[in-house]
Amino acid sequence: MTGLALGWRQGVLELKQFLRTRESFVFTLLFPVLLLVIFGAVFSFEIAPGIRFTQYFIAGMLAAGLLAVGFQNLAIQIPIERDRGVLKRLRGTPMPPWVYFAGKVVMVLGAAVLITAVLLSFGVLLYDLRVPDAAGWLNLAWVTALGLTACTLLGIAFSSVARSGRSAPAVVTPVSLVLQFISGVFFVYTSLPAWMQQVAAVFPLKWMAQGMRSVFLPASYAVEEPAGSWELGRVALVLAAWCVAGLVLCLLTFRWTTRRDG
Amino acid sequence: MGAVTDDRAIVVRGLRKAYGGTPVVTDVDLSVVRGEIFALLGPNGAGKTTTVEILEGFRRRDAGEVRVLGVDPARADRAWRSRIGIVLQGTGEFDELTVAEVVGQFARFYPRSRDPAEVIERVGLADKARSRTHSLSGGQKRRLDVALGIVGRPELLFLDEPTTGFDPRARRDFWDLIRGLKADGTTILLTTHYLEEAEALADRVGVIVSGRLVAVAPPAQLGDRAGRPATVTWIGPDGRTRSQTTTTPTRLVAKLAADSVDGEVPGLTVTRPTLEDIYLSMIGEREVPV
Repeated sequence: MTGLALGWRQGVLELKQFLRTRESFVFTLLFPVLLLVIFGAVFSFEIAPGIRFTQYFIAGMLAAGLLAVGFQNLAIQIPIERDRGVLKRLRGTPMPPWVYFAGKVVMVLGAAVLITAVLLSFGVLLYDLRVPDAAGWLNLAWVTALGLTACTLLGIAFSSVARSGRSAPAVVTPVSLVLQFISGVFFVYTSLPAWMQQVAAVFPLKWMAQGMRSVFLPASYAVEEPAGSWELGRVALVLAAWCVAGLVLCLLTFRWTTRRDG
Repeated sequence: MGAVTDDRAIVVRGLRKAYGGTPVVTDVDLSVVRGEIFALLGPNGAGKTTTVEILEGFRRRDAGEVRVLGVDPARADRAWRSRIGIVLQGTGEFDELTVAEVVGQFARFYPRSRDPAEVIERVGLADKARSRTHSLSGGQKRRLDVALGIVGRPELLFLDEPTTGFDPRARRDFWDLIRGLKADGTTILLTTHYLEEAEALADRVGVIVSGRLVAVAPPAQLGDRAGRPATVTWIGPDGRTRSQTTTTPTRLVAKLAADSVDGEVPGLTVTRPTLEDIYLSMIGEREVPV
């Protein structure tokens, strides 16, 4: 079997595993929709003339969805697999290591398409989300691609932080939750204290959410952003930098065995 | 050391490993001949798993020379990995995937793999092939591990305490499976703390205690078992049980028979130390007559 076919088969298995696992289904796919319904019902005020918070929020949730399927999902799942001996067993076979990661990428891509489609459908059908024009789709594509790549690499890198599979959710969930609070997902970014904005601006989620807003909010809203524009060039630059950093961290820190395995 | 002509699957000389300054494996010399089943026997913490995991390429050694199928496992590559099979200690958990899915995927990793369905049948999981692995019992999960170890048609198979958690019936079935693999020409390095397992399967047994290999022999000859004094027990004329330990039991029995009225010695038994006695004396937990 050729390498690519092997990677694909690994990905199909990963995707099956993801869809069959109730926790990942609930937390990754159902939870964002629930949040959308609750926030949509509670915060229906206008944040600028003709722009309601729900539109701002859906754009943020699209970014947060990528964070969930890339970062959160992998940073929790990989330590569990490491604990359960799956990684060590794979390492003892002639499987090329990249096949394991290719499998994860296929799973993350599948899950990302799913969550994005679900959120977009809800947004358009229930909350008057603007359907993007051609340029909008293009921006959506590259913001998603760059953001998801960064999140996936950082998820793999972060998988070495948790000491055990059991502690992984407790280590990973707060990071992703705090990022969502300070990066312009749950609150309007410019309404946050300046120091909080500065912290958030270091991390990718803020830039992913901003990129998503450029797609789904009217051009008139750009003046409300911190720089008075969508800053798409900077979005691309920061996300690309995180991709590089994530890759380096993965290569330096990834472990196939647990600490007690030596 | 020629990989092709050498009839030894494993050669170890002067192997040492310490964790944080505490020696775990000390000066172990070992060789396993192609086609044999070699059992490493020893109490928990004796260094069995550390030794085996060095041979499997999972751990680095501190000193010594190691060749596994002619290759230094510290420089394991894919070609080498495709020739060995590994059943690690403890069970692997594959969660929401089915037995057939996991075995099928592992088969794809190897160039000359066995048919996954045949392997699943062979380890006795045929009726569980479509079950999610999390629904398997402990013994069934272990058999899945064995299936993953042999699906690549390895020349050399490592089995680290493979039958822990098996009921007696499952253990016998497993022994048959291992004998079948040996008949196919597979070399097997087995660690176990079940003596009857070593006795039933192994061509040779190595006893490892506190990181040192203290004896290597076929099970029947371990610790000079055949040459140890035997204990003769019988019921004397006064009705009391007598017992004598002697290096010449045949002579003693002949004398007892000659002394008796009708040539029968009531309650006669002659026992040699069992493998368990010998083993426990080696690990310092039982005295055996010398």
